[in-house]
Amino acid sequence: MIAVVVNGVSYERAVEPRMLLADFLRYELGLTGTHVGCEQGVCGACTVIMNGDSVRACLCFAVQADGAEIETVEGLGTVDDLNPLQQAFQEHHALQCGFCTPGMLMTGVDLLRKYPLATDREIREGLSGNLCRCTGYEHIVRAIRSVVGRSVVGRSVAGHER
Amino acid sequence: MKPPAFEYLAPRTLEQAVAALGAEDAKILAGGQSLVPMLNFRLLAPSLLVDITRIPGLDNVDDWDGGLRIGALTRHHALETSPLVRDRFPVLHAAMAEVAHLAIRNRGTIGGSLCHGDPAAELPGMAVLLDAQLQTTQRTIPAAEFYDGTLSTVLGADEILTDIMLPALPPGTGWGFEEFARRSGDFALAAVGVLIGGEVRIVAIGANEKPIRLLNAEALFNDASDIDAVAEAAGKEVSPEGDLHGSAEYRRHLVKVLTRRALRAAWERTS
Repeated sequence: MIAVVVNGVSYERAVEPRMLLADFLRYELGLTGTHVGCEQGVCGACTVIMNGDSVRACLCFAVQADGAEIETVEGLGTVDDLNPLQQAFQEHHALQCGFCTPGMLMTGVDLLRKYPLATDREIREGLSGNLCRCTGYEHIVRAIRSVVGRSVVGRSVAGHER
Repeated sequence: MKPPAFEYLAPRTLEQAVAALGAEDAKILAGGQSLVPMLNFRLLAPSLLVDITRIPGLDNVDDWDGGLRIGALTRHHALETSPLVRDRFPVLHAAMAEVAHLAIRNRGTIGGSLCHGDPAAELPGMAVLLDAQLQTTQRTIPAAEFYDGTLSTVLGADEILTDIMLPALPPGTGWGFEEFARRSGDFALAAVGVLIGGEVRIVAIGANEKPIRLLNAEALFNDASDIDAVAEAAGKEVSPEGDLHGSAEYRRHLVKVLTRRALRAAWERTS
C-alpha cells in the first residue's frame, strides 16, 4: 500500500512494484494529463513534479513515490481558469498537437521556480530534455520567457485554487 | 515497454540492505535513472530491487579534510548547486551542468552514476580525475581501480557504495573540462577533464571502455608551450570504438581537440 498526495488530494492504493508512476497516475488515479511517450526517459512528455522537483514519471516506480507530494498538469489550472503559464502557452501558440505540452508545462514550472532564466539560452537548456515533434520550440521558449519574473507564476502554480 | 515483474524492498538501514542483496538476481535501486530504462527495455530482469533511498544519512556533502565527502545518494542537482562543490572542485561543478537534463539530475544519484559506470558519463570520469576514494560497505576503493570494463565495477553483489571522498586539491590548481555531445544533455561523444596543480592530470571520457588517465600525454606537459604536443599525444593514447554517432577516428580527433582546449583553460586558471 502506498500513500501519495497528488495536486493536494491524498490517495492510498495497493500497487505492483513494477507499476511506473506515469501509469499509476493515468490508470489508478485517472489523471491522464500526464502523457507517456518513449517510456525510456528521453522525451520528457511524462514529466511531473515530485516533492518540488521535476521528474520523469516513466523512470520512477509508484512504490518509490510512497509518501511523496506530486503535482501534475491537472493541478496547474482548468480550461476555464488557466494558470498564467498555460495562458502564456495559449497566447504564444506554444502547442500544436499538444502531446508534449504537459511535460513542457511541468518542466517550465520547475525552471521558473528554480532559475532566473535571464537568457533564452537558459530556457532552451532547461527544456533540452523535452522533445516536441511538431518542433514548435521557438514558441514554447517565448511563452516561458513571457512569464519569467512574474511572481504570479510561482504563487499561482504553488497555490492554485483547485 | 513495461518493466518485467520484480519484488521490491525498501530497507531503512545499510545492514538490512546488504542482507537483502544476498538474494539471487537482486539489484540496487537508487535514483533509477539508468536502471529503470534498462528494465523498461527488458535488458535486465532482476528478481528483487532493493531501494536504498530510504536509508538516512547518505545524501550529504560535507567537508573532508579540506576536500569533500559526498554521500552516494546525493542527487545530481544537489551536487550541481552545492556551494562547497563550486568552491573546492569547480571542475566537478562545470561537469555537473553537462549531466543529462534537469529532470534526470533531480532524480539520479551520484552513487548510481558511478556504479552504473557508463564510459561516456561525466561522474566516473570526474572520480578518476579527482582521485576519488570510493567507500563501500566493505572497503575503500580508489576510483582508478573501480571499473573493470564497460558498465562493470569491482563491487561485490552485496556491496554498497556509501560515500565518495574527494581529496583537497593544492591551492591554485587550474582546471579545464570540455565535452562534445550531439545534443545538450546527451552522453558525451568525448569529454576531457584536466587539472594542473601539484601535477598535471588528464582524463578522457567516452573514449575507452572506462574513463582513463592519459599518462603518456601527461608526461609530456611542462608548460603552455607543450599544449599542442600533449593534445596530439592524447588523441593517440585513447582507443575509442566507432558507432553510428561517430567513427573511432572522429573520436580520437575530438579527444585531441578537447584536450587542447581543456589544457589551455586549465593553464589560464592556474595561479
